[in-house]
Order: sequence, then C-alpha cells, then structure tokens
Amino acid sequence: MDRDVHRGAGHYIEKNLHILFPLPAVTFVVVMMLFPVLYTFFLSFTNWNLTSGQPLSIVLLRSYQRILREPRFTAALGRTFSFTLMAVSVETVLGMIIALILNREFRAKGLVKLILLLPLVATPVAIGIVFNLFYDPTIGLANFILTRFGLPKLAWTGSASTVIPSLALVDIWQWTPMITLILLAGLASLSSEPYESARVDGATEWQIFWRITLPMVMPTLLTALILRSIDALKTFDIIYAMTGGGPGYASETLNVMAFKYSFEYFRMGQASVILVFLFLLVLMMSLVIVRLRKSLEL
Amino acid sequence: MHAPILKKLLFGLVIILVMVPVMFPFLWMLASSMKTQVDIVAWPPRLLFSPTLQNYERVFREQNFLKYFINSAVIGISAVAMSLIMGLPAAYSIARFQQRRLSIFILIARLMPGISFLMPWYIIFSRLNLMDSYVALILSHMLITLPIIVWIMASYFETIPIEMEESAMVDGATRQHAFLAIVLPIAGPGIVTSVTLSFIFSWNNFMFSQVLSMEKTRTLPIAIYNFVSYAEVDWGAVMAAAVAIMAPAIILTMIFQKYVVKGLTMGAVKG
Repeated sequence: MDRDVHRGAGHYIEKNLHILFPLPAVTFVVVMMLFPVLYTFFLSFTNWNLTSGQPLSIVLLRSYQRILREPRFTAALGRTFSFTLMAVSVETVLGMIIALILNREFRAKGLVKLILLLPLVATPVAIGIVFNLFYDPTIGLANFILTRFGLPKLAWTGSASTVIPSLALVDIWQWTPMITLILLAGLASLSSEPYESARVDGATEWQIFWRITLPMVMPTLLTALILRSIDALKTFDIIYAMTGGGPGYASETLNVMAFKYSFEYFRMGQASVILVFLFLLVLMMSLVIVRLRKSLEL
Repeated sequence: MHAPILKKLLFGLVIILVMVPVMFPFLWMLASSMKTQVDIVAWPPRLLFSPTLQNYERVFREQNFLKYFINSAVIGISAVAMSLIMGLPAAYSIARFQQRRLSIFILIARLMPGISFLMPWYIIFSRLNLMDSYVALILSHMLITLPIIVWIMASYFETIPIEMEESAMVDGATRQHAFLAIVLPIAGPGIVTSVTLSFIFSWNNFMFSQVLSMEKTRTLPIAIYNFVSYAEVDWGAVMAAAVAIMAPAIILTMIFQKYVVKGLTMGAVKG
C-alpha cells in the first residue's frame, strides 16, 4: 500500500516532468526579473522621486516627453551606439585576424589560448582601474609611450574628445580574445574539402579567405558579433569605475545615465524611462539573435 | 633547409607581437603592485625597481579586505549552489523535451541589462529591510549564475545519448530517477564548465553589490572601487588589491582552461 502511494507520486512526477523540472527556475526568473521589469515599465509612467517624500502620481507619457527632450539623454543614446560600434567593429576585425594567424598547429597553442582567456575572466572594475593608472596624464605609461614616439601627450579619459575611444580601447582589450576564441572553435569545425579543391584550382590565399573561409564562419561570426554588441551596449563597470560618466557627461552611456538617475538623483520615474529604452534596445538585439539562430538552424 | 626555420621564427615573432598587448596590463599591474609610491609616480615610468610586498600587507591589514574576500566567496558559492539545484532540472527538461520557448526565455534573462531589475529590487529590498543582507545579494547574483548554468547545461545534456536513460527506464526506473542516477553522474564536465563560469561572473559583478550592499555584505569589486574614490590614490595598494581580486578567477581559469573555453565559446558555435 505504502509502496503503491510512493509509485503513484513517482508516476505523477514523471508524467509532469516537463513542467515540474523547469518550475523552480522559471518561478525564480519570473519573480526576480519579469515582475521587476514590468514594475519598471509601470514606473516609467509616473513622476516618482524617492527623495521628495511625495507619493507617486501617474503622469502617463510626461516622463517620456521630458527625457526625450533632454539633450543629455539624446547624447547618451548616441554615445551608447558610438561606443558599441567602435568597440565591436575593431574587436571583430582584430579578433578575426588573430584567429586566422592562430588557426594552425604549433607547440605553444595551449599557452596562447590560456593567455587569451585571461582578459575575459578579469574583473572589469579592477581592469578599469589598471587602465586608469595607464592613462594617467602625469605618471601614466600611455603618455610615456606617445612621447617616446615623438607624439604629443593626450588627456585620454580626461578630455571629452578622447574619453570614448579610450574607454572603447579597454573594451577592445578585454573582449577581442572572445571573438578570437569563438572563431578558432568555428574554424576548427570546418571541413577541409573545399580548401583542397580550391588549392587544386590554384586559388590564392586571399581568394580562399573571401570565398570559402568567411562564408563558412559567417554564422558563428554573426552570433558572436550580436552577443558582443548586446554586452557592449550594456557596458557599465569600466565606464563607471574609470570616469563615472565624465568629464562632465562626456562618457555617459544609457546604462550609466540610468544608474545615476536611479541611485544618485532617485528620480525613479525618469530613470525608468531610460531603462525602458535600454531594455527595448537589448530586446531588439536579442530577437535578432533568436531569429538568426532559427534561420541558420543553429 | 633555412626557409622553414625562418618561417617558424617569423611565426613565433608574430605570436609574441599578438600576446604582448594581451599580457601587458596584467604584467604592469603586477609590477606596480610591488612598487613603492615613489617608484609609481616616477617619470619616466620605472621598469627596474626593487620589489616590495608592503602594498599587499597594507591592503590585507588596514582595510577589511579579507572580509570582502570572504563575502564575495560566500555570495558566489551560495548563488552557484542554488542555481545548480534549480537550473539542472530545468536544463534537462529543455534538452529532453525540446522546450525552445523556455530556452529563449532563459537566453533573454541572460542578455537583459541588470539595471532594469536592479531599481525595483532596491525599492523592494529596502521595504523588506533586506538591504545589505546576504539574502538580497545571493538572490541578485543568482540572476547571473542561473541563466549561465541553464544555458550551458541544456546544450550539454543534448550531447548525452538518450539511450542510457531509456534503458534504465525500461528496467522500471522513473525518468527523474534516471536523471539523478544516470544522467547527472556523467554530466560532470558540463557541470564543471557551468559552475566555473557562473562563479567567475558572480565574483566579477560590480553593479548589484554596489547598490544592494553596504559595509556588512560588501564584495571585492566594491572594495577596490571605494579604494580609488577616496581622495588621494594609493596606487600601489590599489594594484595589490587588483591582483588579489583577479587571482582566484585566473587560477580557476588555469585549472579548468578547457572547460572555460568551451563555456565561453559555445554560445556562438553550435554546441
């Protein structure tokens, strides 16, 4: 009897395994992520200010109007894109070149791959601070190198005109190896047949790259590129740690601006509007990935 | 006879040329962590100096660094453990029942900007008096670790032949029993990959702890950030702190190199 009950329970679990197994994880994500995101969405229609002591009132689209008319917002939006574009395009080209160089057997390959991994696992805040020492206008190595080549010193993160490229350089340093490693894995899985027949036909290395290698690694490259772009759009740690969005607002991206509106000015309503935009941006990119995976049957 | 040697030499040179910029910030950080303040502010920057460990001493003695170290470890390990308990069954289900929508849901959870749920948490946790509590920190870090674990493990379970469970089920075992007794024990490599990677990402996270923790539950990335924001920068100590914070992640990566590469690249390559 007891055993039958036990069996019955086991049978029940087995029959509903496809619901019961994911249930805890899904519940967690819904409670901790989906609800908060919806709450943020709701707050974007209010003018709630945490420090004003007044209850929140619903203002519909007024917070949207205010933020969209705010030059600081449009500048941050453009900056988010230019930072991402700058970082990801250099990472892609550089990552590809390094992958092609490394795509052969040699003795130290294991060591080289290990070294390439290190930037990816390094703590971004700490990396940002290391680069701050590097960029320091008076004691930094960066300016020393420039003067050695007879070039004028730069203010790096200290001036509005150079701060975004200087920050992008940190991102490039940290994430180019990721593109390289992904492409190396992709290149390793290619079949050698097309290469052999191309060589028989007397194709040059250049032609082989454009006609065979690139098209074959394209799906891998595209997915890596979009994943990287999403992460670059969200870049927070290095910017916040290195410049705090400054000088002035010169390196303020959407993420940094939303952070300041929420946790420095406590203007929750307007912060939510910025978050909604950032959220939509990331969601759009994510859907592109999902579509891409489907159409490429990855 | 000479050509291949020359070619090899040239190739070696190219490799070094690529590796030097990758290694350089680490080496400069390590060197600076062993310099006195005088050596650090010297112009031109000094490549030769007499190394000292006093920066490390200062970091670990004067600051509560060890405490933040333990906080980071406790929060990371707890978040990973809880995520394994919730994530492994979910990943198994996604793999075996081809729950595509669920896997997309988890992927989107992994891609969402943390700040879009951080603000509501801040409000809710302060109402519940849970600010600066381990509960709040572990829960928030689970949103980093859980999606990574589910994502990696779902593709790992797909590579395990279904015949093994089926033969056990023919012998009368339930599917959940087959999962526990047969699938999990051979999923070791996948679990190592997902645990290592998710722990490293939790360890490195800055934003959640910056908002949700104060003195009691402060984690390492915040500690090092606060170091710099105080008036005059003690560069030697900051660099020593940077070395200390990166050491665990780098050691883990060295030990589990193969797994970490797999985990980081599988998102893009069909795996």
